This record gives sequence, structure tokens and C-alpha cells, in this order.
Amino acid sequence: MSLVVPSWQVETRNKTSVPFGLAALAAFLLAFAIPFLVSRGVVQDLFFILTMLVLAQNWNLLAGYAGLISVGQQAFVGFGAYAMFACVILLGVDPIAAVLIAGVLSMLLAIPTAFFTFRLQGPYFAIGTWVIAEVVRLLLAQWKALGGGTGTSLPRDATRDMIGVGVMRDVFGMKASEAGDALTYWLALILLVLTVGFVYRLLRSKQGLGLAAVRDNEQAARAVGVNARRMKALVYLAASFITGVAGALIYVQKARISPDAAFSVIDWTAYVIFIVVIGGIGTVEGPIVGVILFFFLQNLLAGYGSWYLLMLGLIGILVMLFAPRGLWGLVSDRTGIQLFPVRRLLRGGSLNQVHKGGPHG
Amino acid sequence: MAILRLEEVSKKFGALTVAEQICFAVGEGEALGIIGPNGAGKSTLFNLINGNIAPDSGTIHFCGADVTRVPPMARCLSGMGRTFQIPQPFERLTVFENLLVAGAFGTRRQESEVSDRCAEILVDTGLIDKANVLAGGLTLLQRKRLELARALATEPKLLLLDEIAGGLTEGECRSLVATIRAIHAKGVAVIWIEHVLHALNSVVERLLVLHFGKVIGIGKPDEIMASREVREIYLGIEI
Repeated sequence: MSLVVPSWQVETRNKTSVPFGLAALAAFLLAFAIPFLVSRGVVQDLFFILTMLVLAQNWNLLAGYAGLISVGQQAFVGFGAYAMFACVILLGVDPIAAVLIAGVLSMLLAIPTAFFTFRLQGPYFAIGTWVIAEVVRLLLAQWKALGGGTGTSLPRDATRDMIGVGVMRDVFGMKASEAGDALTYWLALILLVLTVGFVYRLLRSKQGLGLAAVRDNEQAARAVGVNARRMKALVYLAASFITGVAGALIYVQKARISPDAAFSVIDWTAYVIFIVVIGGIGTVEGPIVGVILFFFLQNLLAGYGSWYLLMLGLIGILVMLFAPRGLWGLVSDRTGIQLFPVRRLLRGGSLNQVHKGGPHG
Repeated sequence: MAILRLEEVSKKFGALTVAEQICFAVGEGEALGIIGPNGAGKSTLFNLINGNIAPDSGTIHFCGADVTRVPPMARCLSGMGRTFQIPQPFERLTVFENLLVAGAFGTRRQESEVSDRCAEILVDTGLIDKANVLAGGLTLLQRKRLELARALATEPKLLLLDEIAGGLTEGECRSLVATIRAIHAKGVAVIWIEHVLHALNSVVERLLVLHFGKVIGIGKPDEIMASREVREIYLGIEI
């Protein structure tokens, strides 16, 4: 009898990784060329899809990976948007630069809010985040220089003279309004790629593994040496930065802001939760599936007024009851396909023998 | 030298005293068993030792340092591993990933540095065939083994086992005892709470009896089991 010395390998990639990587690259290049191929209306629709997907990836990171179920992410969308408006109108900063500043300011806002909300658990945390969003909305509605309760618009020259718009006008011969839409679209595309890249990288890292442990069982995670509190705080800060950037970018494109719209719990949290839940919480793929479905439902049901929200709610409940892991969960369970694999699978050693079932097995 | 020393540790939940003036020490590489009726404060004692709850008074020393106010995460890093009475696996991670978390975070190393060791622990604890299965789908025995395996992955100097043999069949229990003996033989100190006395007594060198949060006896297993007070309280024998 020969003695087999087990040698172990850990793998994360699977057989779909390479073709999917190539397909994703092709999709990205196509998406990049979109403003040259389609009308302005379609570019605006796609901008909406991209930014909703960024928000959905963020909420998924919070709820699906860190177990932080927030219904107050509109605090960061609205605060980011207002911070951008303040930079542009009061300080004369370029809107594109203001988007980044808005992200940093949103992250700073997250520090005091985390101080309050992190004392709360589960549903109390959810309500706490909503309360904070309302407080921020009421405070900003008092700011007369930014239009108070009725809101205000970005100055026309600010959007016309944004970094990049002049270049696009000269090189591609676009009109200022076209160039503005194309620019915000490209920024949204870049933001989405960076967000998905960041989330996926995080999940593949040691920190991501610790985060999953905290989500599944915080007490046990602490007992094996995971700093649960720090882990959640970092995710919360990162999500508030990206959400703030997304909020600011959305409002560069809209160019008109009011407290009620910028802090809308339906637009920036309820829809986002719907997207994540129907697509599949706790996966990178889920929100992508969810946002596409959401977009079609929205166009399909747009004529039905408030019935539209009832329908969305009903669909959300049905998915939660019958496919708790979302539509992507159904597909993934049936086919075993994972486009963004994060499982660490153990291979080699005696496992090889188990699988091969050879004469020595 | 004692690896763990408790001095006059007390804890109350409202009017209920769950730990009263508890004093004892465990030597390096020693195995201590803890017995006591239900509600005697055994699991609370573990929560005090590993830092899940803070004592009202008294001090806890681990490896020569005062850890009374140190959080569980830091106690784990300094070499304290524990299992939970009700298994608490990371259900949406695989068995192997459960160990990987414990190995990487519990010893402050990278995943790649601990993956081989985690695989070997899975072999030792008989879970290797379940390595790539989600922990949420395991049976009770497998969950208990996972508790043990995960605690081992943190490379503890002191292992706290909370009723790990309860609810197992005779054969399962025997193989678990063999596993624990092997761990103890490598020099790991063990504190084991258990109702299955014959399993406990085949491993531990000393027994501690807890009753209403008080230590009412500590010593060699046969002496403890022969004590009148213990028989009355624990075994419910009227003498």
C-alpha cells in the first residue's frame, strides 16, 4: 500500500469564469459606445438603470453581506445631492468635482449617524436609519440658499461648462445637452464597474469571509476572533460614500433638486430593496437581474398610478415567499452557474479520491 | 503555572445570582470537567470566561494577563477557543469556510496560510467529506463536530467545550471522546461542561461542581462523585 500525502488546494473560480469575464468585457465596451448609437431618451433610461444598480449593489452589501438592514439610504442620496448643489452654487465648484466631494461628505455624515444607529439591532436599526434620513431632510429643507423646502436648480452654465463637456462638443460634435447626458452616463457606468469591482473584491478577500461570518452569526464570529463591530462600520462607511456619489451624480443629471425628491424613501430605498429582493439578496448577480426586471415592470405598469406600487409590493412578497433567494437564486440553484463565484472550495488530498473513486478509493 | 485563573467572580441577572464568588484555576495542559444541575450557571460561566458577558465583580486572568474587561475577539486571539452548547455554525458558509474564518481571524493570518491546517482538522474531526457542504445543512452530530473543528482552527491553548456530547448515540459519543483525548494529548488545556459523566470522566483530571452559581466542590473525579453533597444535589439521591 502506498501512502498518499494529501495536498490541498482552495479554488474559487469555476468553469463559467473565463467566458463570463470575456462577455462582461464585451458588454462594458458596448455600454461605453451606447451614447453614439442610440437616442438621448435611451441614454437617460440607461443612466437611470445604472444608478439604480449602483444603489442596489450598495444596499445589498449592507443588508445581504453585513446584515445591516437600512431603510434610510435616502439620507446619503439626498445629502450627497445637496452637498453637490452646495459646492456648485455656493462655492462655484465644477459639478463633476463636486460629485466626489459629495461622496466624502456623505461618508463624514455616516460617522455621527453610525454612532446612533449602531446601538440598535435588527428592526430598530432599520427604523433608526429612516428617522435619521428624515432629520437630515428636515434640516436641509431649512437651508434658504439652496431653495429651502421648494428646492432649486443647477445654474445652466455650470452644467454646460462641466469638465469634459467642452471636449465632447469639439471632438464628437455633440450639443451641450447631449454631451451632458453622455458624460453623466459614462460616469455612472464607471461608478457601477468600480462598485461591482469593489464589492466582489471585498467578498473574495479575508475581510469578506469575516463579514459573511458576522452576518450568519455575530456571537460565534466574535468567538473566533472576528472584529464584528469594525467590520460593519467599514461597510457602512464605504456604502455611504458610494451612495453619496451616486446621489450627487443622479442630481447632476436631473439638475433640479427638492428635499422631498432627494430624500424620497420610495425612490431611493423601497425601489432599491425591491430590486435586491426580487433579484436575489446576498449575491452580486441578484441586483443586476433585479434592476432589469424592475425597469420593465416600471414601464409596463407606469399607467396604473398607485396600483403600480401595490403590484410591486405584491410581486416582492410573492418572491420572498416562494423564492427567498430571488430570481437569480432560482437560476443559480438549477444550473449551478455563478458569475461572481465567492465560495472557497476545498480540492485535493483525500477529496480527490472521493471524487475520482479510483481503485485506491 | 495556571493558564486560567478566576478570582471571586460574581454575576447577577437582576435578582438572580448566576455566579457567586467563583474561584478556581486551570493549569497549562490540564483537563477540567464542570458538572451541575440544569440552571446551575455552567454556560454563564463559559460566557464569563470567554467574555460574552462581563462579571459584576472579580477578576479573570488568562495566560498571565488580566482579561476581565477584554472582548471575546481578543481573548480568542490570545488562545481561547470555545464551542457553543447550541451549535452556532455560519450556516450560509460551507464547512470548510467555517474553519477558514476561524483559522484566518483567530490566528491573524491569511487564508492561504491556514487552509492546509483547516483541511487537516476536517480530516481529524471526520468532517472532510462535508467540506464543501453548507453548514446549515448538517445533522446535529456534524454540527457538534463543526463546533469543535472551528474552535480548533483558532489554535487554542485553552478549549472550552459546552455539552458537546449531549444528544449523541453511544458510538458517536465514543468517537468524539477519542477526538477530544487526542486534542488534550497535544497539550491543549480543556474545560468541559458535560452531563454525560462517563464520557467526561474518561478525559478530565479534575471535576468542578456548580450549584446555583456557586462552586461546591473541586477535585479528583472519584472523590467528587463520592461526596455526599454532590450526590444529593447533582444525582438527586436522598441519603
